Amino acid sequence: MKKLMSGNAALGEAAVLAGCTCYFGYPITPQNELTEYMAKRMPEVEGGVFIQSESEIAAINMVLGASVAGARAMTSSSSPGISLKQEGISYLAADELPAVIVNMARGGPGMGNISPAQSDYLQATRGGGHGDYRTIVLCPSSVQELADLVPVAFDLADLYRNPVLILGDGMLGQMMEPVSFDHITKGKDFPKDYILNGAKGRPSRMVRSLLFDTKEEEEHNWKLYRKVKRMEQNEVRYETTLLDDAEMVVVAYGTSARIAKGAIKRLRQEGLKVGLIRPITAWPFPKEIIKETANRVEDFFVFEMSTGQLIEDVQLSLEGKGRIHFYGRPGGVIPTPIELYRIISRHYYQSKRGKA
Amino acid sequence: MKQVYGRPKCLKEAHFHYCPGCGHSIVNRLLAEVIDEMQLRDKIICVAPAGCGMLLYNYFDIDTLESAHGRGAAVSTGIKRVLPDNLVFSYQGDGDLAAIGTAEGFHAANRGELISVIFVNNGVYGMTGGQMAPTTMIDQVTTTCPSGRNPALAGHPVKVCEVFAVLGGTSYLERVAVNKPSAVVKAKKAIVKAFQHQMNKTGFSLVEVLSPCPTNWKMTPIQSCKWIDEVMVKEFPLGVIKEVKC
Repeated sequence: MKKLMSGNAALGEAAVLAGCTCYFGYPITPQNELTEYMAKRMPEVEGGVFIQSESEIAAINMVLGASVAGARAMTSSSSPGISLKQEGISYLAADELPAVIVNMARGGPGMGNISPAQSDYLQATRGGGHGDYRTIVLCPSSVQELADLVPVAFDLADLYRNPVLILGDGMLGQMMEPVSFDHITKGKDFPKDYILNGAKGRPSRMVRSLLFDTKEEEEHNWKLYRKVKRMEQNEVRYETTLLDDAEMVVVAYGTSARIAKGAIKRLRQEGLKVGLIRPITAWPFPKEIIKETANRVEDFFVFEMSTGQLIEDVQLSLEGKGRIHFYGRPGGVIPTPIELYRIISRHYYQSKRGKA
Repeated sequence: MKQVYGRPKCLKEAHFHYCPGCGHSIVNRLLAEVIDEMQLRDKIICVAPAGCGMLLYNYFDIDTLESAHGRGAAVSTGIKRVLPDNLVFSYQGDGDLAAIGTAEGFHAANRGELISVIFVNNGVYGMTGGQMAPTTMIDQVTTTCPSGRNPALAGHPVKVCEVFAVLGGTSYLERVAVNKPSAVVKAKKAIVKAFQHQMNKTGFSLVEVLSPCPTNWKMTPIQSCKWIDEVMVKEFPLGVIKEVKC
């Protein structure tokens, strides 16, 4: 059965069904509906914990405490708040603890505004906090996919014992769409042989990230790196649309990908062979499909609601091949499919003329 | 022969790294004795701080977690809310609780989180080399107030217990010292009481321990112990600051 829900609320319900029992958060627009949903829903769950924390920093550290105690824990915020959480995310990665962190991003650096933007891409995909670590970054592009990716996020966090980010934006968080939860379940139980719950009937445990011995710290960093490599090998997710005969390929994620789909539909109606590669994981980035596509397609069109952060990953994936075109609208401006259709068709014909 | 004194069971066979005359070793030892005597080894979880107190996880045979500087009360909150039947304590220094982690400590106390904080106040940042703390005495010389703490520039010593006392969620706040045997006995009793308040779900409990730091105070251990009585106690009076019925 489908329910009409906002992305933020759908995310909350999916988290509950995926076994999340702890939510800690601090209000910030445009993700407040999630905090409010969890305030209502968590008390209905067995062992459910909801705390409106005193800050984003406190929230992520409460997540760390709940995680080390064995619970599935989540926090959410929007861009400026995510910056504050980076300290805790770095500690979660260093301590090898699972957690799900949601970023419903907003426009610009500093306070920015409360409109949707994609300017947190580099922060999300490059670790964000201090030290050598990465986090899996899941990028839904509809309310249904938001809900679908929540259990995936919890499972990946448990599997790798690493924080997992869900990167959306204000539009995804606040738009309402019909969403089904029928298939969302708690999933399997992962071994929790690291948790702290009092050393009853077992040797005591210590969870820490400080390793004074540089060799020990180096080995810990290599261990985290090997995990990064495993995630890169096994967790790449993407979607392609009309790629087979494409002469120009749009690369876009999240809300941008959705707008791009609208533009591509119109372009196809006019006979322009444009396809789409949509990274579902912004990290690990689906570089193989882009590299492969570059064997027969020369023109790649990066579309992002930023000044162009995704370009770096596309460029790295192309390994010197192909040509990158870019269109970006930062600051919370949401481009329309028609606007994008016009820009893409201009680039499409220009590159055709260039080849002729 | 009856053994009247020995190594607490929950203290590992490790050597403390603390400087000679440092109060942390006494506080660690007291905690270990209390954990043994109250038979808490199997149910207690310690959240260690950044700073000199951090390495206590090397000494205790109990479940321990290291937290980022100042975040002990928030991390403890997360643990305790998931495991309400366990005992959770956060071990924190003065920079930790009265500077970088003021918000986390204050709000955990105000929410009445059922955790205990062992707050070691030596008026200085120890591990980083003796810089000024929020609890540094007026006129006390540190590496970052080389002419002595001037309240016009650097504010006044922060009284954590007195500030927390007005919060509705706090149930037990006592300030003790570890500079002489009689004070040490009182300190131990205060730790027991803090844990009892947590076990009885009365509210947030905190024991502030005035603790010597001879290395950074540039004093001998004996001078340090005297200085606590002669200077520190005047700013930070000892005794129960708040206790609700447990």
